[in-house]
Formats: sequence, structure tokens, C-alpha cells
Amino acid sequence: MKQKLVVIGNGMAGMKVVEELIAAKPDMYDITVFGAEPFGNYNRIMLSPVLCGEKNIDEIMIHDLAWYQGNNITLYAGSEKEVIKIDRKAQSVYSKDGTTAQYDRLLIATGSRPYVLPIEGSTLEGVLAFRDIYDVNKMISYAKTTRRAVVLGGGLLGLEAANGLRAQGMDVTVVHSQPYLLNRQLDEPAARLLQAELESRGVKFVFEERTKVLHGDASGRVVSVEFESKLALPCDLFVMAIGVRPNIALAQSAGIFCEQGVVVDDTLQTYDPKVYAVGECVQHRGDTFGLVAPLFEQAKVCANQLGLHGVARYQTLPAATRLKVSGIHIFSVGQVNEDESCELIRFSDPAAGIYKKLLLRGGHLVGAVLYGDTDDGAYYQSLLEGRVAINDCRHALVFGRALAEQTQHADINDPIDVQQGEVA
Amino acid sequence: MQYIAKSAASNELHSVNTTCAYCGVGCGIQATVNVERREVLVQGDDSHPSSQGRLCSKGASLGDTLSLQSRLLYPQVNGQRVSWDEAIDTLGSRFQKIIQQHGPDAVAFYGSGQLLTEDYYVANKLMKGFIGSANIDTNSRLCMSSAVAGHKRAFGSDTVPTCYDDIDHANLIVLVGSNTAWCHPIIFQRIRAAKERNPDMKVVVIDPRETATCDIADLHLALRSTTDVALFNGLLVHLAQGDALDQEFIGDRTIGFFDALEAAKRDMPDIAAVSACTELDHEKVKQFYQWFLNEPRSLTLYSQGVKQSSSGVDKVNAILNCHLATGRIGKPGMGPLSLTGQPNAMGGREVGGLANQLAAHMEITDDTHRDRVARFWQTSSLADKPGLAAVDLFEAIAAGRIKAIWIMATNPVVSMPDADRVKEALKKCELVVVSDCVANTDTLDLADIKLPAQGWSEKDGMVTNSERYISHQRALLPPAGEAKPDWWIISRVAQRMGYGHAFDYQHQVEIFREHAALSGFENNSGFGERDFDISGLAEISLADYQAFKPTQWPINKTYPAGRKRMFEDQLFYTTDRKARFIALSYQKPKNVTDAQYPLVLNTGRLRDQWHTMTRSALAPRLNQHRPEPFVEVHPEDAVVHGLEDGEIAHLRSAWGQMYARINVRDTQRKGDVFVPMHWSEQYAKKGRMGALVNPVVDALSGQPESKHTPVAIRPFHAAWHGFLMTRVSVEDLALAYQVKVVAEDYYRYELAAIKTPRDWLTWLKDKLHGQLKDDMEWQQYHDAGAGVFRVAVYQHARLMLVFCASSTASEPMLPSRNWLGSLFMRPEITAFERRSVLAGMASGSQEDQGVTVCACYGVGEKAICRLIEEQSLSCYQQVGASCKAGTNCGSCIPEIKSLISQVRKKETAD
Repeated sequence: MKQKLVVIGNGMAGMKVVEELIAAKPDMYDITVFGAEPFGNYNRIMLSPVLCGEKNIDEIMIHDLAWYQGNNITLYAGSEKEVIKIDRKAQSVYSKDGTTAQYDRLLIATGSRPYVLPIEGSTLEGVLAFRDIYDVNKMISYAKTTRRAVVLGGGLLGLEAANGLRAQGMDVTVVHSQPYLLNRQLDEPAARLLQAELESRGVKFVFEERTKVLHGDASGRVVSVEFESKLALPCDLFVMAIGVRPNIALAQSAGIFCEQGVVVDDTLQTYDPKVYAVGECVQHRGDTFGLVAPLFEQAKVCANQLGLHGVARYQTLPAATRLKVSGIHIFSVGQVNEDESCELIRFSDPAAGIYKKLLLRGGHLVGAVLYGDTDDGAYYQSLLEGRVAINDCRHALVFGRALAEQTQHADINDPIDVQQGEVA
Repeated sequence: MQYIAKSAASNELHSVNTTCAYCGVGCGIQATVNVERREVLVQGDDSHPSSQGRLCSKGASLGDTLSLQSRLLYPQVNGQRVSWDEAIDTLGSRFQKIIQQHGPDAVAFYGSGQLLTEDYYVANKLMKGFIGSANIDTNSRLCMSSAVAGHKRAFGSDTVPTCYDDIDHANLIVLVGSNTAWCHPIIFQRIRAAKERNPDMKVVVIDPRETATCDIADLHLALRSTTDVALFNGLLVHLAQGDALDQEFIGDRTIGFFDALEAAKRDMPDIAAVSACTELDHEKVKQFYQWFLNEPRSLTLYSQGVKQSSSGVDKVNAILNCHLATGRIGKPGMGPLSLTGQPNAMGGREVGGLANQLAAHMEITDDTHRDRVARFWQTSSLADKPGLAAVDLFEAIAAGRIKAIWIMATNPVVSMPDADRVKEALKKCELVVVSDCVANTDTLDLADIKLPAQGWSEKDGMVTNSERYISHQRALLPPAGEAKPDWWIISRVAQRMGYGHAFDYQHQVEIFREHAALSGFENNSGFGERDFDISGLAEISLADYQAFKPTQWPINKTYPAGRKRMFEDQLFYTTDRKARFIALSYQKPKNVTDAQYPLVLNTGRLRDQWHTMTRSALAPRLNQHRPEPFVEVHPEDAVVHGLEDGEIAHLRSAWGQMYARINVRDTQRKGDVFVPMHWSEQYAKKGRMGALVNPVVDALSGQPESKHTPVAIRPFHAAWHGFLMTRVSVEDLALAYQVKVVAEDYYRYELAAIKTPRDWLTWLKDKLHGQLKDDMEWQQYHDAGAGVFRVAVYQHARLMLVFCASSTASEPMLPSRNWLGSLFMRPEITAFERRSVLAGMASGSQEDQGVTVCACYGVGEKAICRLIEEQSLSCYQQVGASCKAGTNCGSCIPEIKSLISQVRKKETAD
């Protein structure tokens, strides 16, 4: 008899586990998936092209409903199917509408929630997050009827939202509490290039401001935002993109040990041996997650464990950043700001909109920031993850894989022309 | 081969036969000229007997040197443009004033083998005949005055007995102190061809260095510098012992053999003594002696390695002694031939352009000659004693005895020994006048009066080459700006000084007729015969002058069509018509090495440069072969002195210093270092070899000992090395080491300095301040840890500038200059390519040519090596068939052969 696997959360991380599992052990589990959105699994990181109008929801679907059917997966999707209780003793889960499922193994993949600033006015109409397809649809409809948008947060999500709203024709201002954009993913020179590019597209920026209050009109719609500095900006739409928090309420209520997130070990197992967790809801060795690459890595390990191979261990590798804004190429991995123990290789061509910085320590690449030309991002990431010694290609490294590998086979140094070819 | 300087419109072309501007081989050129566009297509002139259609890389590039950009276009006095009248008035009156106050010996002329015969004649006539001083000397003093003195001692006249055709008749060719392959490439080609035709021919190269000339050598004698007299004294002894003497000739036609042989025996009794003195292998010396002993058709070609020595005249006579002792003179395929360095050094000798000559091969110390010339010139103020030879002349300027100097067509601040002192002397000199065709030379920069002379392609007159061929060098283009012929300038000054009656020339043909007439004036058995007699041309018509075809002097009643070979009649120009042996012994150089200056400095020419590069460096492809001043060092010396190949050395002598790129070569003799003679301050900040060279001269000829100066060498500890490539030339960057290389579309500066800028970009922008524009786009690459900094600057997608620097703390990393240079040829760089420009290398299909080997066809070393490898080429002819390299002037053939053997060696090792 097959064992029962229940997955809470129909998102990218959870479905990646399922996908891996049925590929490896197609007959091991009866799988049931609960999802709070009435869709199959869509690619959340493609929301920003949807916002820009470059793609629609169908185009970003990873697993449509037919996929679930074809793989004999029971899918409960929709807001009424949101799981509200886990009974660990009974090894059962319960949804809002009373749907129940029993499990031998439970996978929690409840993702994260946008962080909402606890300030006055945060519940006004026109105050949104940028998290799911609902948010995107709302933003698109605001863009059709109103003009002024303020995006709070100069991180990846905020900039994608700002760029999308600008593409939809809104007058957009990004408010960032730090001195420069993407301050965790970029260094300042790259951030300034990015800022200049977005400014050239019409996005405005306000730096080092802290939001104090959102003002609404009589009908409860947001009309302006006021900052600690007394600066105020009128707005019809206010998007908060200041980060996410692991969605742990359900796990916590079931008594599963949580801190920032659901605490898992290197096998993605929670403190309850029957319960696993992956994705943005987890906390692994103190880290929480927001980028897709480590999530997929977790999913592979988790599937390996659920499939009883039991050999894979998850390890957090430096995650690479890419910004999904068309025409802007950003890549960063590992350490982005130098310290005294680093050596730096810098390349810049401001007029061509290119900036590259590589950070080296002990003959290894420990970080890369690329702007404008990110073709070799994956190459740098592989050097970094593999701790590849780069001394013999150091002098071509910043110019990319092709030249770097060429130099490993040839001495690029051309000490001086006169010393060559003298007659013997 | 045809080389088109620039594309020329074919419908406006006309063809002119002329001669090359460079060395003393005197090659004929057929020039196709587009006057309107100032474009000249240069080809070898098949009809010229001396070169038979061949041209070397330098001659073939003459079309590239004709730009008006670098020309001196207007007369200037104290930096101000003036009219010719004013310039001549100032010059004439200031000369006159100095002469009135201090006498005629307070003024001097310093001329050049670049002057045409007519120019030279007028200068000599003005100074010796009318100013009344013999203070006229010339850069030929540095080049062939030892040959002149040696000839006169042996033959009683400055007579070159042989001709180039003798190469074809010889069975043994001895090249002494001559890198013929590089310095006289067309002679070298002729020897190579003769050798290929005649399998019995042997070639012996006598040179401390293993040069490209050794490529065709059957025997190379790398003798200790300066020991030539010992080697040839030993040969004379060997010839006597081997019964190879021509007793009849010695007895009837010579004087002094016994003394000469006894002296030689005392000096070098046997081969062991020769071997000890010259540091040559006993067997090798013996081999040379045996070949010479057994081969009547022995031809000895010699050049600066013989002449530029404190015993230069003795070396010449040591060679001549051996030819006289064997009677090997005046017959086909045998005799001595001095290879001269300049296009008209011989013409200068003929007019008497040296301070110790008078005119037309007459002697200033001979009362009869003086009387004759005075009558001919109708002057009462003829100089009555020799003037000062070059080194003494500049010494007299330094001492203030000479107060005015007029330098014509030469650059003594670079080429003279102890050149820094020459520079200081000129700085202090009351009046410095310089006539030149280019706007800036190290000498011109010190001039009070600058006079624009016509350059090659504009001036028109006669020149004489090493084998006595007089050829017409013809004007091809109208003068640049207000440039004038040198004879015109000198004659106008003479007129201003009150000698109008004697200098009333309207055309150069009038000067030539006078020169020809003087050569025949009282020149017959009644008065004593002189070798130089071109009286057959004394009444030459303008039409015949213009149509003049190359002819070997003498040209007179006896030899109306010229004379190929001298001394066939065994009649010499001494009073008794007999040749003289000279008793000689080896003399050590004046300055010898010691603990402080342990190495011997040798200097010399490169294949693709000419003298001080004022003209040859204007042709970009001539700058690619050896772009920087360098010093060749033997590997063991390199170890002793801590020198690394490719880095920079600081050389120092008791007289001065220079920087040079280190070239570690086992072709160099241990204990000797070699530097090229060419670089001036216009191209290399401290690359003037003249600053190092000792101001020591041969007591008889006054020729400096430029091939032997004790020096010390040490590595220059730069903090960084680098280079700058830019479309616009830059001024002094205030760095310790700075060398400028003119390339096709850009200037390249090789740089090194002892201090690293704190902020590279700020430093660079500050240095380049003058040429930066707002619309320029800057790209930079900086790896501080590795000490690498690079910048590229673009304007509208066009590459404008590249700067690359590398710290010497770690292994210096500089990218390929050739590859970066190739990008300057492109009208634009695509955005994609631009990403990897500062990597300094091609990725994928673009291939790096490497340093230029064949300057004629612009084929690089890496390209040739690839062909050799891929097509398994095994001889230079195949390489030529494959990529044309080496098929024009052929002077790169030794390098191609060396590349073939390198590739083979590598393949065998693999």
C-alpha cells in the first residue's frame, strides 16, 4: 500500500519537491496538495513581466491543472482550501472548508508573507504588497484609473514593481531607507548605474527616508505618504515591498518548533520526524530564504529524503541575484562589499552601462557584482561555489569565461615586443 | 614589388628615376609621382646598376615619409617665423660680426652625408675659400673618415678600388665589422644570390656579435672588440709563411712591405698569438687564414666595426696590407670595399667636405693644391690649415672658441660621442643655425636660427655611392612650405656676406659644372694626377644633367663612360705611383673596462631605422621591427648584473647614461653589450646612445670610437611598466622611462616609472589633459592586488586611447600591443567587442600577428610561425610563397629562417 504525502502550499518550492519525487519514485506516495490560490503552480518570479504587460498568467504557469491529473495528484486549490489546522497526533490536515487529508509524511511549503509596515494608514485602500497574482491584477487596475504610485523599498521586488507600474504608465517614486538601491545585492557603483537607468525610464527615487504615516481620504483611499523628515508625496497607490516574513502561523499552531521560520535540519525535516518543510517558510541554520535557487536546492534534498534515499544534505550556497526588469542586467553572488581581506578586480564602462566587480580572497572568487553584462554570472557562480583556484586566469577573469579559459591554456602576458623574434 | 604609400589617382602620375635617401649602397628608385596629392609610389629601378631593381624595407617605405606634418616649413629666428631675406640677413650679419671680432676660426659648419654634392661643394667653398677657415666638418667623420685616411695612406688618394660587380666574381667574401644584412641589405642580397649561384663561394663574417649577416656565413669569427689589426697582422704573417705573396707586385708596385711584415711578426708571430689577442678559437682563425691564402678572388667588405675605432685607420690599412701583399687589387672579384653609411658620404669626400681636406681630392696641407684651388676659386682668403674635426669642433664650441655653428642636415646631439656634452655646448653657443627638413630634432630644438631645407623628394642634385657611382637624385615634388635647396641657402648667405661674385648660382647644374671643372683643373701628369676627375662633365648641358645616368667616376677623356675598377694599371696616386704598406701593431682601445665599468658597449644600426630616425620613424611599418631602444646582453652577463629579459636596464658610462629594454641573447659576446644608435629624445627620453659613447677618436682620421666604451649596467627598478597608445601624440609624461613609437594609426609610448600613482585614473586624466574631450567614453580595468590598471577611451565607438600599466611587484602583466594596435585601424568597435578590449587579446577567430618580421609586406612573427607549423614549411622560399614575407627586400630572410628552426626545434621537443 502506498504511503500518503500531503503538501501544504501549491507554490514553487513545494511543487519542485513533488516533481522531483515523482520522477524518482513515481509509485511511492499518494500525493495531496492544498493551495490557497485557485491556480496550478505558477512561476512567482515571473510576476513582474506580468505586471509590465509583457506576459500573462498562462504564460507563467509551471504546472497547470492537467499536470496534477496526469500524475494522479489530488489538488485542492482556492481560498476555501487553505489549510487551517494540522493534527499531528491524527496525522491529518484540515482546510477552511473542512476538507481533510491524512498523511504519513507532511510537507509544509507555506511560503512567506509580505512584511507590512505597522504604521497608521497601512490598511487604507490602495496600499498593496507585491506578492501574488492578486496583487499584480490590482496594481494593473490601479494603473488604469490612477496616476501616482509610491513604492516603498528599493530591493528587487520594489524595483520590479516600480518598473512595472512605470511601464503601465504610472508616475512612480521609489522610497528607499538606505543610501542606494539593492544595497544587499549590489555595491554602490552598480546601484548608481541601475538608478540612472531606471531614472532614464522615468522612475523617481527618494533615499534615506522613513515612512511615518499614510493619509487617506474620506472614502478610505490612500492619498499621500508622509515621511519622518516631513517630506510628503501624494499617491493613489502605495506598494510595500520591504521584504517578506516566513509564513509560520500554521506550523506554530501545530506545535512545530519555529523561530523566524519553521526550523529544519539539513534533511529539511522539522522537529517532528514525519513533517518536512521547504521554501520561504523555513529557517535553516539561522537563515531564511527569499530567492528561488536555494529553494529548488532544498526541494531536491527534501525529495531525496522523502524518497528514502536519505543521502542528500542541504547546504546553503551563496545565492545569485538577478533582477527581472527587461533591458537591465544585474547579477551578484557572494560577497558584494569588500573588506580588508579582499582583493578587488574592477571593470567599468559607464557609457556602455557596464560595471563588474570581482572579489577575491586567498586565490578564490568570493563575490561578484555585474551590471550591464551578466553573461558570465553563472560562470562566476560556479567558480565561487566550486572554490576554483583562479590564479592562472586572474588577468582575464573579469572579461568572462571564454577569455579566462583561453588564458589558462596560453600565456597572455606579452612582456615586450622587442624580445621576440631576435635572430639567433 | 610595388608599394603604394597611399592610393594615388592613376591619371595624374608621372615616373621619375631617382636614388634612395638612405645608406651608401645608393639604390636606384623608380618613383611614380602624383604631385597634386603629394603621393609617391616607390619601386626599385631596374636600370640602376648598383641595385638592379632591388630596394630594402627602408627605401621601399620612403613614400610613407613625405607627410608635411613633421616638416620645417618656414625660416625661424629665435622661435619667430621670419622671411627668407630676414633669416639670411640675420645669419649673414651675425656670422660676419663674429668673424670680425674673433676671426674666421670662430665660426664653423657641420654638414652631412645627406647633403647633395652641389650643396656640399658650395658649403665647402664658402667656408674654406671665402670665410677662410677649414672649420667645416661633417657627420661623415663619424662614418668613413678612417677609410679615407687608410686609403690615402695606402694609395695616396681616397680611392675605392672595387665595385659591387666584384661580389659576383669573388670566391671568398670577408665581411669585417659589418652587419650587412641590416645596414646594407641590397649588398647582402647580392652576396646571398652570388653564393647561391656559386657553391664554392665562402663567406666569413668577422664581428664580435652574431648578427643576421651570419645567416650566410661559412665561418663567423666573433673576435674580441677592437682586435681586427691583430687578426689581419696575423693574416699577413700567415700569407708570408704560406708563400701566398705576390712578390712581383710587392717588388714593383709597393713600398714598405718588409717593415710591415716585420711589424706584423712582432705583433702576431703566429696563430696562437692571434688567438690569444682576439680570443678566437685557434682552428677558426686557421680556417680563415687558409681560405684567404688559397683564394685569389678574395673580396673584403668592411664597415663601421672597422672604422669607428681609435685604431680605425690602422684596421683599414691592416686589411689593405693583406690585399696589397697578395696583389689582390684592381682585378675582378678581389680587393677591399668600404661600405659607407650615407647616400652621399662619397660625394662629400669628393668635394672635400672634411676639415682636413681641401676640395676635389686635394690636400689643405699641400701648398701647390692650395694655390691651385685659390686660383680656381679666385680667392685670396683660402684657409691655410686644417680645421677642427667633429669631436674637436664641438669641444671648441664647448670651450667657447667657436661662437657660431651652422649645422646642416644632421643631428649631432644624438649621433656624436659624449652627446650630452655636445648638447650642453650647443646650449651655450652664441649662435646655432640648423638647416633641416624636419621640424623637430634634438639638435634643431637648440637652434637660434632654423632654416627649412628641401628633403628627399624635393631636392635635386648628384650623389655618389660606395662604388663611385654618381647618380642624379631628382626632385619629385614641389618644396614643402618655403623649403629651399641647401645650395641656395648657402649661396644666399655667401652673397649676404659679400662673396656674391663667387656664389652667383642660378641652378645647381652650374655648381656641378664648376665642381667637375675643378676636379679636372691641372689634373694630369704634368701637375701630378689625381684620382677624382670628372672633368668630362665640366660642360654638361642642363638637358644632359637632367637625363644623367649613373656613371662611376673618373669620367674624363680617358674614361668618358666612367671606370668600373681602379688600379687595374697598378698605378697609385702617390708621387712615385706605388702603393704603401703600413707597419702596424695592435693598439688597445683608449678606454678599457675596469671594476666600475666592466662591460664593453658596442653601438650599431637596426634593419628598419636610419640614423636618428628623423625620417625613417615617420614610416609606421619601419617602427614595428624593433620599436624600442634595447640593450643586448649575454645570458651570463645578465645573471651577473641581475638583468631580466624584457625589463629595463640603466646603462652608465663615465660620460652619460641611457635606459634600454633588456634583450638577453647568446648571440652577444660575453662581456659586450650592444645598443642601437638611432633613438633621440624625440622618441626616447633617455635612449640616446651618444650620451654614453666615449669622445675618443682615431688620431689620424678623427673618427670616434663608437664601438667601444666601458659601461656599467644595472636593472632599472621600476615600480610599474606600461604603455599608452593614442591617436594624438602626447608631450613628456614626466616618467623615468618613456619611448615613443609611431604606428600606422596611433602613437605608442612604452613607459616605466619608479613611483605608482595613488589614483591611476586621476593621474592619467591629468597627464592627458590636453587631448581629452567631453564626448569621450572611458573604460577601465583595475586589479589593484595584481597591480594591473588599464584604460580605453572611445569617441563615437572609435578607439582613441589605450593605457595599460602593470606593477613590477608581481609578474608584470601587459596585454598584446599588436592586438590592441590593430583595433586602432578599425573605424569602430562594436559594443560586444568593446567588452573585451581591455583583456588585450582576441577571443576566438581574431588572430594576433605578432611583431613585424617582414616590414615590406607587414607579416608578423606569430603569423609566420603559424604558417610554418600548419603547412609544414621548411625553407624561407616556401614561407615567401605562402605569405610573401621575405620576397621583396629579403632582409628578413635570416629571421624567417630562424623562425623555421625555432618551430622545428619546438616540434622535435614536443
